[in-house]
Formats: sequence, C-alpha cells, structure tokens
Amino acid sequence: MASGKREKFDNPVVEWIDSRLPVFTLMQKEYGVFPTPKNFNYFWNFGAIAMVMLVTMIITGVVLAMQYTAHADLAFESVQRIMRDVNYGWMLRYLHMNGASFFFIAVYIHIFRGMYYGSYKQPRELLWILGVLIFLLMMATAFLGYTLPWSQMGGWGATVITNLFSAIPGIGDTLVTFLWGGFSVDNPTLKRFFALHFLLPFVIFAVVFLHVWALHITGSNNPLGVEPKTKKDTIPFHPYYTVKDTFGLLVFLMLYVLVSFFLPYIFAHPDHFVEYNPMQTPAHIVPEWYFLPFYAILRAITFDIGIPFTDIVFIEAKLGGVLAMFGAVGVLFILPWLDTHPVRSARFRPLYRLSLIALVAAVFGLGYVGAQAAEGIWVILGQLLTGYYFLFFFVIVPVLSRIEKATPVPESINAAVLEKKKKKA
Amino acid sequence: MKNTAIIIFVSVLMLGAIVQSDKSLAAGGHETHMENLEWSFDGPFGTYDRGALQRGLQVYRQVCSACHSMKHMYYRNIGALGYNEAQVKAIASEYMVEDGPDDEGEMFSRPGKPSDRFVSPFPNRKAATYANNGAFPPDLSLITKARAGGADYVYSILTGYEHAPKDAHLLDGQYWNKAMAGNVIAMAPPLADGMIAYEDGTAETVEQYSRDVAHFLTWAAAPDMEERKRIGIMTLLFLAVFASIMYAVKRKVWSDLKK
Repeated sequence: MASGKREKFDNPVVEWIDSRLPVFTLMQKEYGVFPTPKNFNYFWNFGAIAMVMLVTMIITGVVLAMQYTAHADLAFESVQRIMRDVNYGWMLRYLHMNGASFFFIAVYIHIFRGMYYGSYKQPRELLWILGVLIFLLMMATAFLGYTLPWSQMGGWGATVITNLFSAIPGIGDTLVTFLWGGFSVDNPTLKRFFALHFLLPFVIFAVVFLHVWALHITGSNNPLGVEPKTKKDTIPFHPYYTVKDTFGLLVFLMLYVLVSFFLPYIFAHPDHFVEYNPMQTPAHIVPEWYFLPFYAILRAITFDIGIPFTDIVFIEAKLGGVLAMFGAVGVLFILPWLDTHPVRSARFRPLYRLSLIALVAAVFGLGYVGAQAAEGIWVILGQLLTGYYFLFFFVIVPVLSRIEKATPVPESINAAVLEKKKKKA
Repeated sequence: MKNTAIIIFVSVLMLGAIVQSDKSLAAGGHETHMENLEWSFDGPFGTYDRGALQRGLQVYRQVCSACHSMKHMYYRNIGALGYNEAQVKAIASEYMVEDGPDDEGEMFSRPGKPSDRFVSPFPNRKAATYANNGAFPPDLSLITKARAGGADYVYSILTGYEHAPKDAHLLDGQYWNKAMAGNVIAMAPPLADGMIAYEDGTAETVEQYSRDVAHFLTWAAAPDMEERKRIGIMTLLFLAVFASIMYAVKRKVWSDLKK
C-alpha cells in the first residue's frame, strides 16, 4: 500500500517497524491527518459505533462459544450453565443477546443517515453496496444465533424461516432438506447453524474492511452533500473526530449497558426460556424486533399473482411473500441507480425528504404490524405499508430524480459553516 | 442546538423500539386476570428478600416439588438464600439420589450432597405426564422468565382459582383459574391456608405462600440479578463520568475551529 515516500518517525522502534512494514504511516494517513469534512453531525458517529458493536459481539461470542455445547440434547442446558455457573457468564450472555439489538439499532441509524444525506450517490455506490451486503450478512448471522439456545422460539423460528425456501418452485423441498441436514429441524441443523454463526461475523469483518477501504478512497459524505473543495472544508480526523466519536460512542454504550444490566429480557419473548419441543408449536412465533418490518412484508402477500379472471398463477402467495421480503432488502443494492438526482442531501430536497420520513414511519408501522397476529386490520395495514415501501423505491425516488427542483445548495462546506456562524452571532 | 435535537431524536427512536417490542410481547392471549404486585426486587436497586426466599424454598419443597422439577438447580445454589454450609448439607441429605455404577457395576441410592441437582419427582417427561392426567407439570427453574408477567404470573396462578362459571365446560381433572390463558388449568389448587408451618411467624395464608414461592422462583430463574444490578450501576457511573470528560475534551478540541 503505502510504499511511496514516507516520513521518518523519531521513535527508533516505531521507525524500525515502519521502515519494514509501514503500519504507522498507514494509521497516520488514514486516521491521523485523514482530511474529513468539518460539518459532520452526530449521525456520523454510527459507523464507528457499529464497528465497536461488531467487535463486542465477536469477543463476547467467542468466549460464550468456549462454554456452549452445540447439540440438540445439551444446548439449552449448556446455556443455563453459562447463566448460572460460568464466571460472569450471565454478563457475557446478556451483553451478547442485547448487543445484537444494539448493533442493529446502530446500523439502522447508519443506513438512515446514508439515505437522508444521499451518501450512496456517485462516487460512493460501491461503498453503499458493501454496506448493504454487511446488513444482509448481519441478518443471516442474527437469525442463526437466535436458534442456538435451542429454545421454543429459536427452534420454531428456524423452522419457519428455513421453510420459506420451500416456496422456490421445483427445488424448494430438496433445498430445505439440504439446509436442515435432515427431514426436520434437529441436531444436524443446530450444529451447522452454530458453525455458520461462528464463521459469518469474520466474513462481516472482512466486508467491513472493504467498506472502510472504499470510504477512505472516496472520503466521507457530509450533511450538506457537497464535496470538500479546498483545505478550508476539511479538518484532520484526529483529534477532532476521534474525540467526537468517543463521546458519541460512550452515550450509546450507556444505553446499551442500561438495557443489558437493568432490562436484559426486554427484547426476549418468554418462549426463549422454554426448551425446544418439536412436538409443540408455540401460540405466536415472532422474530426479533429488528426483523419485524421484513416479517410484516413477508406476510403482506396473501394473494396469488397471475392473470386475473383465469386460474393461471405465476407466483403463489407464499413465494410472492418471500420475494417481497428479500426484495425489500435487495432494492437497497440498486438505490444508487434509482435515485439519479444530482443533489445528495435531503436538506435541499423537500419532496424527497418528506417521502423518506414517510418511509421511516412506514417501516416503524410495519414493525408494529409484524408483531401482531396476522388477522383483520393488521393484514390490510401491512399491505398498505408494504405498498408504500415499494412505491417509494420504484416510483417516488425515480420520479423525484427527474422532476424535483432542489433549493439552493451552498457553494462549499466552509461557506455554509461561516454563514451559520454569522447567523448565530 | 441542532446536535441536541438529533441526540433527542435518536434516543426517542430507540425508546420507541424498546416500548414497541415490550408491548408486542404483552399482547395476545385470552381474557385473563393478572395481579400486579410490588416486589422487593423491582427497580434498579431492588434486591431479594432472604426471608421470603427461604420461605419460598420451603413452599417449593413441601408442595410444588411433588410434581414440578427444578432441574437446573443444585442444592449448593441455596447457600445464596442465607443458609450456611451445614444447613445446605442437611437439606441436601434429606433427598435420596441415585448414583453409580459402583465398583461392582450396580446403581445405588445415597443421601443427596450439595453438588447434586434438585431431585426430580418423576424419572422422565412421559412418567410426569402420565401421572398428572396427561398434563406435563413444567420445570420451574426458569418459570418466571418463561411466562409473561414473571413473579406476578406465578402469584396470579396460585391465587387465581375460582368456581367455574355455569357455562364453562370442564373435564375431569380440570380447574377454573382466572389467571390461566383460556382459564382452564390441569393443576388442582395446590395451596390452602395453614398447610405449611412457617417458623418466623409470617402469616400462613395462600396469598403469603404464593408470594413467597413466586419470590423464590424469581430468584431461581435469575440468581444473577443482585450482582447484575450492582455491576450495572458501577458501569453506568463510570461511563457517565467518562462521557462527561470526553464531552469537555470535545468542546476544548473543537474550540480552536470557532476562531
């Protein structure tokens, strides 16, 4: 990487290492003097926060894995052993299970930030795509981890989600048997889920590395969505953003600790504390809160899709639901090409801003619907909100790209910052 | 000030998610009546009441344990209720435990030791189900976590027995309970006033027995609670001080940009 010209370090040990492997030069370049727009708000903390959460999950997870037993007869018992007999096992487990929730909170805010300020637009398309890939991998990892305590909710959640693949025409049933490693969710399923749950976080880590690499090529976007033009627009990453990120991180960690130590079961359904029994289906099978919007989209497709007034069906309701659910995440991959408006930040795009806030409301609404039993008003509400979700991406965003007239965009970051200061004074 | 607004917005989003998930879990079920009691372990500083825990253990041992196992518990665990080592040994030795095989390959019975698990009333799930009219008495080690309402749920079930309404259709061995989902329960009313003799002069009523055993079962499901809250408070204090310092540092570092 940095094999070009290199400044000498005063410390002889540092210099000895750096002249052989320029890690210090690299850190200095990428995190020390790295020019960063000077107008970040606190939304820009969540990338660093998500990174810390990933590391927290890996550390607590690896230590838990030292005590956990991935076997259908022993898994539930081994989790109880962790909670009762392993030194600080309860703390590791509470931090791990609530850490998943807080990782998703950080990442959802991070994604919202990207959409609000147009961070996915040229030249950051690949950076955005890598981010969506991380999100997908996170969802897979979280789902696999949900199964491991071998509780009623975990085992039945695994049954429901893996059964989604049976909707794929032709190969569906064979594929599900392949995923299970048998003809039902049983010991082979648990063991492969554990192996994959252990593996995927390291895959995420690798993609995060690419994500950060891509970020350091294009540089960060900022609340104005205007690229830095002169040195006046940027400040070095250290110390300005190291201190700001640390402060934001600590506030976030306080919320995380508050939940993990004082409300540790707030995200956990009672059926998590009953051992998995394949002969007894729980009354309500619900996924973790962070999947509820997508669960609602899955359940919104209650009708077959075919030629009206004939009995020709192209897509059965179950497959339709599965496609809609995966489509809801998949559409994020092509967002940079759906939104071609030249102005990035929603600050200068009142119509886009309004539609995006409505989308956030719709996603919250879908989350609420996803937690209710699929009957009556909730089905219709779920369908309406799902309709808006796709309308936003496939109609509103492309149309606004063509017709929306942006309000005046400041000439540069520095000009906008000075303007703001003048107003304050 | 914009930053403050954003922080508030983010916090509201998070709290919204928390409240929302909490509500969604509470929803569902039939018309049931759940008591809402005050417990000494409520709140961020709440602790268990050792007296209530010991009485609750007594209720479990004399009544509940006839049908319900607590297979995640060991006799050594009850040291945490305030018993000394000799008392724990004495209580454990009141139970007979199957051990073995011995040097001749035979299984044998011996008095329990602190390192033994709580002895289950039935050898397996099928035996338990068969002996209880086809209804499996659930293991109680985690019951206050495994039922919405926790200690309130246990108390409400134990005190929730009523005469069945006239239109209710109960089979043999079924009872009407206002706290049970569907109001039909297969457990006969387990408690009666005066049936367990307390040594500390506490009232010997169904309500008091229920309260004590609910307290005990809450501890059994979450023996970590007191230490958890203690460490949580220390961690929060540390983070609050650290965050305040970092906020001051941030203000100081950024002040040179304001010129």
